[in-house]
Amino acid sequence: MATVNIKINGLPVEVEQGTKILAAAKKVGVNIPVLCEHSDLEPWAACGICIVKVEGSPKLVRACATEVVEGQNYITHDPEIQCVRRTVLELIISNHPLECLNCARNGVCELQQLAEDFCIREIPYESGVKELPKDESTKSLVFDPRKCINCGRCVQVCQQLQDVWALEFIGRGDNTLMTAAGGALISESPCIKCGQCSAHCPVGAIYEKDETQTFMQMIASDKHVAVQIAPAVRVAIGEMFDMAPGTITTGKIYSALRRLGVDAVFDTNFAADLTIMEEGTELVQRVTKGGILPQITSCCPAWTDYMEKYYPDMIPHFSTAKSPMMMQGAVTKTYYAEKKGLKNTDIASVAIMPCTAKKYEISRDDNMQASGVNDVDLVLTTRELGRLIKSAGIDFANLVDEKADSPIGAYAGAGTIFGVTGGVMEAAVRTAHKLITGEEIKDVNVSAVRGTDNVKVGEVVIGDAKLKVAVAHGMANVRTIMDEVRAAREAGLEPPYHFIEVMACKGGCIAGGGQPYGTNDEVRAQRTAGLYNDDEKSVVRCSHQNPEIIEIYKDYLGEPCSHKAHDLLHTKYQERPIYSK
Amino acid sequence: MPTEEKIELPKDLLEFIAKWKDKQGNLIMILHKTQEHYGYIPRAAAIELAKLLDVPLAKVYGVITFYHFFKLKKPGKNIISVCMGTACYIKGAGDLMAECETLLGCGVNCTTDDEEFSLQGVRCVGCCGLAPLITVGGEVYGKLTPDALPAIIAKYRSK
Repeated sequence: MATVNIKINGLPVEVEQGTKILAAAKKVGVNIPVLCEHSDLEPWAACGICIVKVEGSPKLVRACATEVVEGQNYITHDPEIQCVRRTVLELIISNHPLECLNCARNGVCELQQLAEDFCIREIPYESGVKELPKDESTKSLVFDPRKCINCGRCVQVCQQLQDVWALEFIGRGDNTLMTAAGGALISESPCIKCGQCSAHCPVGAIYEKDETQTFMQMIASDKHVAVQIAPAVRVAIGEMFDMAPGTITTGKIYSALRRLGVDAVFDTNFAADLTIMEEGTELVQRVTKGGILPQITSCCPAWTDYMEKYYPDMIPHFSTAKSPMMMQGAVTKTYYAEKKGLKNTDIASVAIMPCTAKKYEISRDDNMQASGVNDVDLVLTTRELGRLIKSAGIDFANLVDEKADSPIGAYAGAGTIFGVTGGVMEAAVRTAHKLITGEEIKDVNVSAVRGTDNVKVGEVVIGDAKLKVAVAHGMANVRTIMDEVRAAREAGLEPPYHFIEVMACKGGCIAGGGQPYGTNDEVRAQRTAGLYNDDEKSVVRCSHQNPEIIEIYKDYLGEPCSHKAHDLLHTKYQERPIYSK
Repeated sequence: MPTEEKIELPKDLLEFIAKWKDKQGNLIMILHKTQEHYGYIPRAAAIELAKLLDVPLAKVYGVITFYHFFKLKKPGKNIISVCMGTACYIKGAGDLMAECETLLGCGVNCTTDDEEFSLQGVRCVGCCGLAPLITVGGEVYGKLTPDALPAIIAKYRSK
């Protein structure tokens, strides 16, 4: 790669050709403020706060979108630049409601932080807040257009990263508005509730529907509150308590939940192992009995929603296995309830998820009531749990690790890697090997499906057979694989893959839309390492070896994919319109 | 946005779409043709176009709302255009506009409740000698004072 020698405020620096001024400055420890730029997205120079000077030129250029040029010296900070940035900031704030105290982003807002950094104390411009109604049409997200600063991150995320196209700007100039497809409500748009818009929004214009008080009411009631936590939560929530991304805090979360007053602490990882037993068995049946291939994973509710809207022809390919969260909910209100002598209505079932789509999933159709009532009553995101822990005065970082409750709390390493792209595939391969060959897999680490490539394609040898697999993460990366499958089907050829794993969010659930703010590739890598570390530390690495899994089949479910397992743990899919209005 | 029934696009529009489908810049051309037919872009038509062109509806609306030319609401039977060009403006186009708003009971770029009239301001019509002027449909009414407007509007009302 060719390099370029430039200077930042006189400091020489060598960077790769094509590097933007913003990144070059970071290399020498100079931070240029941004509001629209995000490392997940192509820069598009909307906000104007990152302007810098090129020595010898009278023009101000945008550091986010301008490539460095050999020999140039860039001035990133001087009184004039600071003054221009301050004006930009004041103008943005003059159109923004000053409601920080009751804002979802209070204390974690990028605009608030910049206002503090720039010592903004007065706004010399007349306030121009547009009085527009909130959109609370989905169960996952709230859009408050009054707070929108038109940075465009959500639009770029929805279109570039996710290829969903629920969001777009309408109008122009001062009348520009970010809305769901042509001024409809978000629930009427193609939105898949992945919440990546909320994770990327720099302010409080799009945020998860906060249900922390519903949780507190459950605790105060006489219900038996049973909580499960998803794999990705344990390597991220620590960030809200000044711990490094990727720090495994499983035992502290169990402990914090008990201090919050929860009656039973379970782990979605148990149900991830259960999913592998069901989905793995389904795969083996499809492969050995000539079923419809490829089989496609169905654990991600945003992907399921996307498939039902954009790829309904793939419904027969979808694994009928429910997501781990829904399986955990179903066995909590049946198997656990019976063991405990409780009625399904005595239990309040709560799930802590890295995901906003999970709030939608619990009532997506009546299959989510396998126990006769809602299998999961409430979903809180990682962010919401973090706030609950803070408000309860719990010193999270110094909690002593505790253990989950039996009989649906133990997990194998396979269950924990469900939270990262490639993890479901890897966990499935570990168990499929046993199911197909009768022998344990020699090397449990399936490196072919690990890593950050947008699409990972590989072959896994299982006995005499070769399993062709594909893994995609980030909704926009699904298209190539689905097109391949369609093309082969239309041409009457062998399917190109046996098994496909899809996760809607880039990196998998570790970077879900409900995770702590500030996710970027560096944070993704740390959280991912955390989950693989959790897997490696586990004594049991394969789902079928999890003693509580063995017990639930022996005591309650019978065989994987048995009639009872089907009733409780499997579901159906339906075509849904992309635009409901 | 009002909910509308499913729409069947007219044959000539479908043919036009078929011709333009794979060409660059097709969306704007097709939106022009659609508005030519309906007088505006009905939501059901926008959804249909999105499907036919394999373009997200969000993008269709991004384009429609970016250009003032495209309309989202059905225009009135008669379109009153008040020329706001320099000559007309100096000679009192502002007063004409204000009087039209009062007489019609609707603001600029709006349509009366009975869908009889739409009111809009336009750039120079090209006959400054007649300033100030308005046009209704294809007719030009020049050298106007506000008190001439009631008679003109009455001429078009439920004709």
